[in-house]
Amino acid sequence: MLKKRIIPCLDIKDGRTVKGINFQDIRDAGDPVELAIRYVEEGADELVFLDITATSDNRSTLTELVKQISKNINIPFAVGGGIKSNEDVSLVLHAGADKVSINSAAVYKPELISELADNFGSQCIIVAIDAKYVGGEWIVYVSGGQTKTALKVIDWAKRVETLGAGELLLTSMDSDGTKSGFEIDLTAQVSSAVNLPVIASGGAGTLHHFKEVFEQTEATGALAASIFHYQDIAIPDLKQYLYNNKISVRWK
Amino acid sequence: MIAIINYNAGNILSVSNAINSLGYESIVTDDIATIQNADKVILPGVGEASSAMNYLRSKNLDKTIVGLRNPFLGICLGLQLLCKHSEEGDTECLGVFDTKVRLFPPKLKVPHMGWNDFVQVEGLLFNSIGVDDDVYYVHSFFADLSCDTIATCDYIHPFSAALGKDNFFAAQFHPEKSASVGQQILKNFLEI
Repeated sequence: MLKKRIIPCLDIKDGRTVKGINFQDIRDAGDPVELAIRYVEEGADELVFLDITATSDNRSTLTELVKQISKNINIPFAVGGGIKSNEDVSLVLHAGADKVSINSAAVYKPELISELADNFGSQCIIVAIDAKYVGGEWIVYVSGGQTKTALKVIDWAKRVETLGAGELLLTSMDSDGTKSGFEIDLTAQVSSAVNLPVIASGGAGTLHHFKEVFEQTEATGALAASIFHYQDIAIPDLKQYLYNNKISVRWK
Repeated sequence: MIAIINYNAGNILSVSNAINSLGYESIVTDDIATIQNADKVILPGVGEASSAMNYLRSKNLDKTIVGLRNPFLGICLGLQLLCKHSEEGDTECLGVFDTKVRLFPPKLKVPHMGWNDFVQVEGLLFNSIGVDDDVYYVHSFFADLSCDTIATCDYIHPFSAALGKDNFFAAQFHPEKSASVGQQILKNFLEI
């Protein structure tokens, strides 16, 4: 049986892991390669690295980091942050990443999704959607959550699927960093609206939150950052808890 | 020396990293003589079937591969290219394995992405591996069960998780991305 995936996310700034609350107040959280190795040993199913500096002049720093990560871990990992062209994707994949995550660039230029899917295969193209609840609707935000778009999350998710994305990474900006639980309604709506794997993100604070998102939505993965970084929740404990609660996970 | 066939597909590095970490030397190459003289040959995954076949044909690697006698491992797309035909791009493939590659029906999420266990495993490639061991998959197309199936996975319906015939082996999952279980499977192949 296909297992639900537990996915630690590492936000990267200038080669270090960092974490903010509601996309603000960035704090240092350690060396990304060391953290990645720790997560693999603990039983993480996949990793996501988001480069939040993401200016074009630090591409070589990022590429070097991706190479180091690839050398040191043997589970799949995705890299995102500022990826906006065929060339960016090629660099990151050739440095050893399995997938790329694109966000703002996909909104500004939706045909990029098709272009990347054609060139590299859908399975390595994650489209990240940052969602915020505004005026009774879930709206897509870009540029690290700073810029509101006119897109409704459900419409955008369906469009992204048609364009050839392989996976969605759905973050609730309202929940991100709050430890108050995943945004169940949003995740349920999006994961049932598309036939792509959806990774729920934003708000994980307790073991129960993971159970809830897997039981009440069609998300196939759940992503979290700070609770894993600061060891509020240990991945083996989480896996055991989910296993005991009859949720299919990779756990031994 | 382990030859990893370069056909402009993504993420060859993780395969060579995995080989190197097991203490073997590898070379990424599309040179026919190097491939023929290698101890073992790996055709790695990720990419699209028709463009991959076009590339292999343009380098005459299609004929080279089917004529090889050294132990050969196809991974993911590498498995699919070793079958007779793929629905992806309506592609005639290498025909080593007597089966066809089809697109999953959209009954569950497609691609089949993540860790899954086995229905059955057999043979050298799966020494020390049991049906409860999980490996990592990411694919939208699958090879039907056939007389060459040596491991079965169930997603939407049973399909070939691995195929084997003579010196040819292939895995639909990514052993290089499947933590310690994948490492054991690669080790089994390298020790053949």
